[in-house]
Amino acid sequence: MLLEFTERGIFCPQADVYIDPWKPVAHAVITHGHSDHARWGMGRYLCHRDTEPILRLRLGPDIVCQPVDYKETVIVNGVSISLHPAGHIIGSAQVRLEYKGEVWVVSGDYKLATDGLSQPYEPVRCHHFVTESTFGLPIYRFPEPLQVFADMNAWWAANAAEGYNTVLLGYALGKSQAILQHLDPAIGPVFLHGAVANVNAALATIGKDFRGERITAETDRNAVKGAAIVAPPSALGSPWLRKMVPYRIAMCSGWMQLRGARRRKGVDRGFVLSDHCDWDQLNRAVAATGADQVYVTHGYEGPFARWLREQHGIQATEVHLQGTETTEDEA
Amino acid sequence: MKRFARLFTAIDQTTKTNDKVAAIVDYLKDSDDRSSLYAIALLIGNRPKRPVNTTLLKQWAAELAGIPFWLFEESYHVVGDLAESITLVLPPPTTGADYPLPDVIERLAGLPELEEVRKKEFIVRHWLELDADQRFVFTKLITGNFRMGVSRQLVTKALAKHLDMDESAVAHRLMGKWVAADETLESLFAERPDGTRDFQPYPFYLAYALEGEPESLGAIDDWYIEKKLDGIRGQLIVRNGQLFIWSRGEDLLTDKFPEFAGLANALPDGTVIDGEIIPWRDGRPLPFQVMQTRIGRKNLSQRQLKEAPLVMVCYDLLEWQGTDIREKPLQGRREILETLLASIKLAHGVLLLSATLAFNQWNEVEVFRKQARGFHCEGVMLKRRDSAYGTGRRKGGWWKWKTDPLTVDGVLIYAQSGHGRRANLYTDYTFAVWDDAGALVPFAKAYSGLTDKEIAELDNWIKRHTIDKFGPVRSVTPHHVFEIAFEGIQQSTRHKSGVALRFPRILRWRRDKSVDEANTKSDLLQLIAAVNG
Repeated sequence: MLLEFTERGIFCPQADVYIDPWKPVAHAVITHGHSDHARWGMGRYLCHRDTEPILRLRLGPDIVCQPVDYKETVIVNGVSISLHPAGHIIGSAQVRLEYKGEVWVVSGDYKLATDGLSQPYEPVRCHHFVTESTFGLPIYRFPEPLQVFADMNAWWAANAAEGYNTVLLGYALGKSQAILQHLDPAIGPVFLHGAVANVNAALATIGKDFRGERITAETDRNAVKGAAIVAPPSALGSPWLRKMVPYRIAMCSGWMQLRGARRRKGVDRGFVLSDHCDWDQLNRAVAATGADQVYVTHGYEGPFARWLREQHGIQATEVHLQGTETTEDEA
Repeated sequence: MKRFARLFTAIDQTTKTNDKVAAIVDYLKDSDDRSSLYAIALLIGNRPKRPVNTTLLKQWAAELAGIPFWLFEESYHVVGDLAESITLVLPPPTTGADYPLPDVIERLAGLPELEEVRKKEFIVRHWLELDADQRFVFTKLITGNFRMGVSRQLVTKALAKHLDMDESAVAHRLMGKWVAADETLESLFAERPDGTRDFQPYPFYLAYALEGEPESLGAIDDWYIEKKLDGIRGQLIVRNGQLFIWSRGEDLLTDKFPEFAGLANALPDGTVIDGEIIPWRDGRPLPFQVMQTRIGRKNLSQRQLKEAPLVMVCYDLLEWQGTDIREKPLQGRREILETLLASIKLAHGVLLLSATLAFNQWNEVEVFRKQARGFHCEGVMLKRRDSAYGTGRRKGGWWKWKTDPLTVDGVLIYAQSGHGRRANLYTDYTFAVWDDAGALVPFAKAYSGLTDKEIAELDNWIKRHTIDKFGPVRSVTPHHVFEIAFEGIQQSTRHKSGVALRFPRILRWRRDKSVDEANTKSDLLQLIAAVNG
C-alpha cells in the first residue's frame, strides 16, 4: 500500500511523509490551515503557498515550511507529490501521490460549491481516493451559497432597520472571509472580532484583503450601531458578545441544516453555509475521480461507505482516524 | 398553508417571546376566521390524530428520495425528527402550491378511511408540490408530534391582544378539547348563554417550587399547609346534571373513573372542584404505580377497580351554585368546600377533604417535609389564605415544597441520541447498578439533569468510547458514575433490574467516584423496603 492509516496520521512509507499528522513527525504535508489538520511540532511542513502565512500565524513564525503551487510536483524517494485545489478555504489542497503508476488522492476537507474566494475544486483522477464525509447523509443538501448570502444581507438590513446589530458567527479562517466577501457594504458598517481580524491580517500579507474593522476597547459603540459583526463561534456566550447589545445573532454552518442543531445553539438564525461537500457534492466528487477504492473518513463513514458499495459498486471502506470528530463550530 | 408555514418559521427563528407573540398577532390579523381557529388549535397543541403509520411514511419518502430504507433510518437517527428527515431527503418541490390550512387538516382527518394507494397518492402529491417550509408543516401534521415552540401562555397573550380581551378570560375559553371544525371565533370567545359550555374546565392554578427559606413567606398563620400528594391533578365539574372530569393535561377522563359516576346527582349543579385523584385504601394513598396500571386501560375489570380504588382529595372550589368564585380568597372558598363535603353523604366516600396540617412554626414544616415519604406524600403545598385562584403558573399565592429526592449512584452503560433540540447528540442515558454476580444491570433511564456543557463533553466521550452500536443506541465502556435522583421506587416485574423508579433524573456527575463505588442491586432492594415499609 502506498498509503497507510496509522495512529499518527495518513502515512506514506515510501516517501516517509505524513498527511495532516496529529502527532509530531519529521515530514508533514498539510492540506489546509484549520487547526485539526495543521498541528504543532512537525520537523518540516509542505503546504500550498497561501497556507503558509496561516501556519506561521497559528504555529509560530519559526516553523520550517516549504510552500508550493498547485500542480507543482515534488519528488520524494520516487514518489511524485503534488497539491490540487480542494475549494475548502484559501490555500486548501488535495494531495496527489503517485508511485510506479499507482495514484492516490487524499482530499483533505473539500467542497465543490464555489465561494468566490478559494481556488475552485478540481477533480483528480486516481485509483485510490480518501474522502471526508462530514455531511455524508442525504439529509444534507445545501442551498445555493449565493441565495444564502442574499438571505443574510436581507436579514442584516431588517435588523439594522429595527435598531439591532447583526452578529454573524463563522469559523475565523475560511467561513468568516466568505461572509465578509459577500456582505453588502451599502447596508452598514462591518466590524470584526479580534480572532477574525488576526486571520485577515495574515491573509493580507499574500494580497488577500477583506473589509471590516477590528473591534477594540477604543471602538466607538455608536459607530457599531446597525453594523454586521463577524465573530468566531467561540464568541457565543462570552463577555465580549454582551458588549454588542442590542443584537440579533446567527450561526453560519452546514450543521444549521438541522433545526435541532440550531436550537441547541440558542441563536436567532442559522444560515446553512459550509466549506464542506454536501451529499450531492460528495457523490459527484467520488464519481469524478474514477477511483475504484475509496476510503471514507471524518463523519458518517459507515453509512457513506455502505452507500458507495451498494449503489455504485465501489470498494469503499470506512477509516476511523483518531481525534477527528468534527465539532459543530467547524464545518 | 403558506402563511401558517411562515408563522411557524417566524416562531421557530426567534428565541425572543415578544417576537413570537407579534408573529402570532400578525398572523391572526391577516387570516380568515376559519384559518385562525385551526391555527390556534395547532398552536395550543390540539393536534389531529396520525392518519398513516410511520413505517409507510418512511418507505414512501425513501422511495421518492431514491435511497434505500436503511439510509433513511440512519438519517432519521441523526435528525431525530421524522417530519424534518422526510422534508430534507425529498427532492426539491415541483410547484409553489398553496392550500388553505383547514382544508388540508380536514383532508388529513379523512385519510384513515381511504385505501393505502389513495393515502399515498394524496401525501406524495403534497410532498412534491409544497415548498420546504410547508412540506415540513404538512408532514408534522401527519406524524402528529406537532409542537410550535410557543407556550400556551404566549398564544393566550397574542389572542388577548388580537381580540382585545382579558388574558385570563381567553385562557378559560381555550380550555377543554374543542374542535375547530365545530367552532367560530365568535362561538369560542364571545360571552355565551348558560348551558352551552358545560364541559369547559377552568385553567389550573399551578405552583412554583419554593426555592428559598419559608420564613421569607411571612407569618405561618397566613398560610394553609397541605400534604402534596402524588396523584393526577383533576378538575371535577357538575353542571346541568352532567359530570366531567379533566386532567391537568386537559384530557377528559370522566369514563376512566367510574367511581365518580354517582356524583352527577350527588353534587349540586354548578359545582367545580379542584383536587388530586389518587388510589386510596385504609385511610392512605397507594403507590402511584397502582394508578399507572389502571390509567392506560380502555376497559376496566372489576378486579382493577377493586385493586386500585380511586378517590379525589379535594382542595379547592372554583365554581359554586353556577358562579365563578375564583377571585374569592382561598379561606372563603375552602369554607364552602368543607361545608359541601360534610353536608352531602357521598355513600361511596370518593370525595375527601385535603386536610390542612397544623404547625406553629416554619421549622416544624421543614421537619415534616424532610420525612414526607413516611407520611405518604411528596412534600407540602403552601397556600396563602387570602389567595385568589390564579391562571397558569404564577408566583406568590401558592408554593410547592417537595421533600428531597432519593438518590442512587449508577454507571453509564448505554447512550442514545435525543430528539429535537438534542438531535444528533447523545443525551438519553441508561444507568446500571452491580448485581450479586458482579454484572451491571440497567435500572434507570434519564434524559435530563446535565448542563449543555456537560452534555457536549459526555457526547464527545461517548463517541470515542463506544463498544457497540445497535441502531441509535451505543453501549459504552463502564467508566462514568452519576448520582440519579428519583421520587419513588417500587418492585417491578416489567424491568430487568426488578425495580421501577418514579421520575428518575441526573442529579450530578460523580467524577470523584469510580465504577466500583456505584450502588448495587441489593442497595436498591433495601431502599424499597425502607421507603415502602
